[in-house]
Amino acid sequence: MKAVAMPTVSRVAVCGGTHGNELAGVYLVRERLKRRADGTEPVSVVTVMSNPRAVQLCVRYVETDLNRCFTRATLSAPVSETSPYEMIRSQELNALLGPKGSAQAVDLLCDLHNTTANTGLCLITYSDCDWICLHICKHLQREMASTPVRYVHFDIPLNEAYSLDSVGKHGFAMEIGPQPHSVVRSVIFSAMQEGVQLMMDWICLFNSGTLFEGGWVDVYTMVKNIDYPRDSETHVITAAVHPNLQDRDFCLLHPGDPMFLSSSGETLRYKGKEALYPFFINEGAYYEKGIALSLARKRRVEIPSVRSETLR
Amino acid sequence: MSSRTNISCLQEAARVAIFGGTHGNEMSGITLVNMWIQNSAEIERNGLLIKPFISNPRAVEKCSRYIDTDLNRAFTPENLSAPDVEGLPYEVQRAKEINRMFGPKGSADAYDVIFDLHNTTSNMGSTLILESSTDLFNLQMVHYIKKAMAPHTCSVLLNEHPQLKYSTTRSVAKHPVGLEVGPQPQGVLRSNVFESMRTILKHALDFIELFNSGVTFPPCTVDVFRVQERMDYPRDTNGNITAMVHPHLQDCDWEPLNRGDPMFLTFDGRTVLYEGANTVYPTFINEAAYYEKQQAFMTTGREILAANAIRKACK
Repeated sequence: MKAVAMPTVSRVAVCGGTHGNELAGVYLVRERLKRRADGTEPVSVVTVMSNPRAVQLCVRYVETDLNRCFTRATLSAPVSETSPYEMIRSQELNALLGPKGSAQAVDLLCDLHNTTANTGLCLITYSDCDWICLHICKHLQREMASTPVRYVHFDIPLNEAYSLDSVGKHGFAMEIGPQPHSVVRSVIFSAMQEGVQLMMDWICLFNSGTLFEGGWVDVYTMVKNIDYPRDSETHVITAAVHPNLQDRDFCLLHPGDPMFLSSSGETLRYKGKEALYPFFINEGAYYEKGIALSLARKRRVEIPSVRSETLR
Repeated sequence: MSSRTNISCLQEAARVAIFGGTHGNEMSGITLVNMWIQNSAEIERNGLLIKPFISNPRAVEKCSRYIDTDLNRAFTPENLSAPDVEGLPYEVQRAKEINRMFGPKGSADAYDVIFDLHNTTSNMGSTLILESSTDLFNLQMVHYIKKAMAPHTCSVLLNEHPQLKYSTTRSVAKHPVGLEVGPQPQGVLRSNVFESMRTILKHALDFIELFNSGVTFPPCTVDVFRVQERMDYPRDTNGNITAMVHPHLQDCDWEPLNRGDPMFLTFDGRTVLYEGANTVYPTFINEAAYYEKQQAFMTTGREILAANAIRKACK
């Protein structure tokens, strides 16, 4: 592939507390805000606590999930004092860091999240050909010795992209698990701190004209979600994630493999025809969304060499 | 057999309750109790009345620990004797109701045993929680359960500390027993944790059935961890946490913590060491719900409690 010249990544946003009980991001943002920039950083970074009310109450959200409020429709809907808090906040964040889709938007938005699932570190984005995001992923994979780093792709067009990271020209959620909600585990915090630092290092090197060699990145593209088995009348969950599947995020799931174990000891198996990669297995916040796990296809994506275009 | 053998004759344990959802986001107990309300076959035992019960239904509905105040701290004498007026916190109303249904606390009419089912984000494994070192029935029961669960470990936590002891939901009964199984995130149901709790209860009910049938349980000893102290996180002048549980302490519930061992890691990478004079055994390490209660972990000391032989009293 030919080398690609790309605009510098001059404005970056680091956001935490988009879900108020995902604490590694909350504490990382608090620490960054304490050590205020002295204007000598090579790249301009804005650090934002996305959902301060939810952070204060240590809950995922106050009225509605903030990280589902960034579709074109929600961002342009009329708001009043009686609108849900998170809807008002999403429009505030869009004005601050966007507007989404415009030339004024930040160049890169990194949104910090935690999950109860055993995902390691994932960069979650809407594009499988965003060379900046893919190169940052490759950099983290190279440099982070003890944490698995993966690239997860949701194939959704920009207008329907619903999460905060879609506001930046480039963006991703940096998702790290496993960590219970409302808890901060030091190894998870350290991994997130390292991930953000490596991202900033890459951006600085990129902006100063470094050529980053192309190569390959494994991309996991979301295919479908699987809900828990539920009672047809009461809708109550009737089986738990099977012990063989629990904590096996990104281990290939074959047709016939155990998926759920009911309280009567019955094993329910994966009935799909295609072997797929499960992730977000048993994420606590997804029970109410009807998701026990998500399934992805993996493919190798070739990425070109990149260099910032200001250097000729 | 020694002629001096002491057998304590105790009243039959005729009425037993199993509480789930005292905290609405601790899923094993909620799931077990709902399952047994639908179909009680598994928990039925000869001659025993066993009532599965959701203690905090509104918190369960919301999947949050509590609505207004922690139900598991609400069974104080003040709350239980509060007049029925409007504006009482939901959990105080609920405590009074539970006290009417399963108590009154401290009276002869109270339920004999209440098992209160909990989960924790801490790596405590299967833990039984006792409130008294002299309740022979409970000591013999936990001894029985521990033996039946072996080689799977069941730890016993004793909270008899005058300041740190609190007024639990289960304290309404003559013999209160807490079941705490972790690690499990709030709002999450893990199959292995669910099955551990289910198995503990099976053995507990077997014990009660055997006891009620007239079996004599010989004298025994029980290894317990006795609550000593609550350790908070280091905080700044605004009350914000400035450090996390150190990676060497994280997940090391029940393991010895010695003077000079790492305890906390500040956000800027500095290690804070444990300075206590004696070896302690920490538990409830990094429990999510305890951040607001100013507790990073609890220290305990190891102790061996002795229990007399017991037998059901003849009528």
